[in-house]
Amino acid sequence: MFNYRLQRIPYSIKLGMSLILMIVLFGMALVFGAADTSVKDVISALLSTAPNDQAIMLREIRFPREVAAALIGAALAVSGAIIQGMTRNPLADPGLLGLTAGANAALAMTLAFWPSVNYFGVMLACFAGAAVGAILVFGFSSFHPEGFTTLRIVLAGATISAFLYAIAEGIGLYFKISQQVSMWTAGGMIGTTWNQVLLIAPIVLVGIAISIMCSRQLTILSLSEEMALGLGQRVRLIKSILFVLVIILTGASVALVGNLAFFGLMVPHIVRAIVGTDYRFVLPMSAILGASFMLLADTIGRTINAPYETPVAAVVAIMGLPFFLYIVRKGGRSFS
Amino acid sequence: MVRLQAKDLQIRYADRTIVENLSVSIPDEKITVIIGPNGCGKSTLLKAMTRIIPHQKGSVVLDGESIVKEPTKRLAQKIAVLPQTPESAGALTVGELVSYGRFPHQNRFGRLTKKDLEMIDWALEVTGTKFFKSHPVDSLSGGQRQRVWIALALAQETDMIFLDEPTTYLDMAHQLEILELLQQLNVTEKRTIVMVLHDLNHAARFADYIIGMKFGKIVKSGPSEEIITKPVLRELFQIDAEIGEDPRTGKPICITYNLVRGD
Repeated sequence: MFNYRLQRIPYSIKLGMSLILMIVLFGMALVFGAADTSVKDVISALLSTAPNDQAIMLREIRFPREVAAALIGAALAVSGAIIQGMTRNPLADPGLLGLTAGANAALAMTLAFWPSVNYFGVMLACFAGAAVGAILVFGFSSFHPEGFTTLRIVLAGATISAFLYAIAEGIGLYFKISQQVSMWTAGGMIGTTWNQVLLIAPIVLVGIAISIMCSRQLTILSLSEEMALGLGQRVRLIKSILFVLVIILTGASVALVGNLAFFGLMVPHIVRAIVGTDYRFVLPMSAILGASFMLLADTIGRTINAPYETPVAAVVAIMGLPFFLYIVRKGGRSFS
Repeated sequence: MVRLQAKDLQIRYADRTIVENLSVSIPDEKITVIIGPNGCGKSTLLKAMTRIIPHQKGSVVLDGESIVKEPTKRLAQKIAVLPQTPESAGALTVGELVSYGRFPHQNRFGRLTKKDLEMIDWALEVTGTKFFKSHPVDSLSGGQRQRVWIALALAQETDMIFLDEPTTYLDMAHQLEILELLQQLNVTEKRTIVMVLHDLNHAARFADYIIGMKFGKIVKSGPSEEIITKPVLRELFQIDAEIGEDPRTGKPICITYNLVRGD
């Protein structure tokens, strides 16, 4: 799927153009919404501290929400890219590997047994759940003496995810909190506050920075484990670090927006079509395009049927599917 | 002095013992070829000597130091390993892939120095892959791809190169091309080369030293003339071989063979 014509463009230019795209989309996300605002309103709201309603709405509702969208988009795309490289599995996605389902189940349990929980508690529960889900999937698929293969991971991931979703739903029904749980998991970025953003932002940014620092290691690991050992990589250490990064990035995302199936699978594939499979290039690009894509999806979700919200998960699926199918049809061989 | 030696090696996978009580010295600056029937432990030995897999008993000693104690990166500066048919490099370009050969020499941040770039260039040059530098590895033919993997090992700048069946899936001409490249590296660069080969005539022609293995043990090792013989091949592969002399190289050559029946 690597495009020869695209390949001639230097990486720095591709990165610069994506950055511009992200900034433009961020601006658009601020300007468009259920409430009518103009570019001028946005600029004056950001520059002044005028206490009019519109400025407060922009500063306290729309702005934190879009910052969150960008962070989550970047986090999901980067964690998707890492997990695909690590498992050498083009279908790997935090959602397919039990992480999202685990975080979801943990969320349901927390809301059921500790209703007064604050946001920080929910976030911790999501991290723990993501970790447990992932450990179950990798644990089960590595029972086999030959260790985990692509097929075994996908099968175990599907099974355990189904199991964990069942637990979450069971708890939701039994404790009559289904609505609350789905408000979290399907609510997208509605009602994101600055406090939440400030809690998540350092975690996501540090996670992405460390991921990018590990990108060379990830490329070597994606060749084969034997190659990585032969080149002097401390494979077990690197795998553990990458694994923790995926859990942190996914956990943070689930805590903020709930389930976004498909996102972490799709963005890295689009990125690879543009920059190839060297993770030194894939990871930074995934962060930027992931953020852009999520900003766009959220803006569409807020405006397409205003003043009602369209769930961002639905927008992602509807926007992403045709694009993804197009890339698949073009006959990519980015992995196999 | 011999730099790399294994002593009383025992290697197990789960509860199956693959290699038992094996001792071997790898001659420096020579081409060593390991031959033997399928499942005899050739690849396992190769991997254990390069610490791709652990050994349970005995020791592998490089420059007087056990390889278990050696930091992974330092070991990778001394020995390059090319596993059997490396997995796809995806859309990595040839240049990108070969640049990772410098990995063991780089610091944490991995900026390529002038010396790194020179080594990468040299590796591409000698393997004849420079022309493909910006092509994705997967777009190349089997023979070209194999040369790219060898370029990766060369960029690693090690005295020793281990290869597991580097000629698999290649046609006759490309097999020869790879083996001649390795021979040339051995002669001009004094690299120690250790490889597993299936073709007995290639082994006889290119090896300075042959190790014949069966059931996880070394049956016999020595120069081609001592290994590619009727009795040794009978013991190793259960074949009744007719051995002649290659009129061009003077090395032994297996002309024809039959299975030994009802032994």
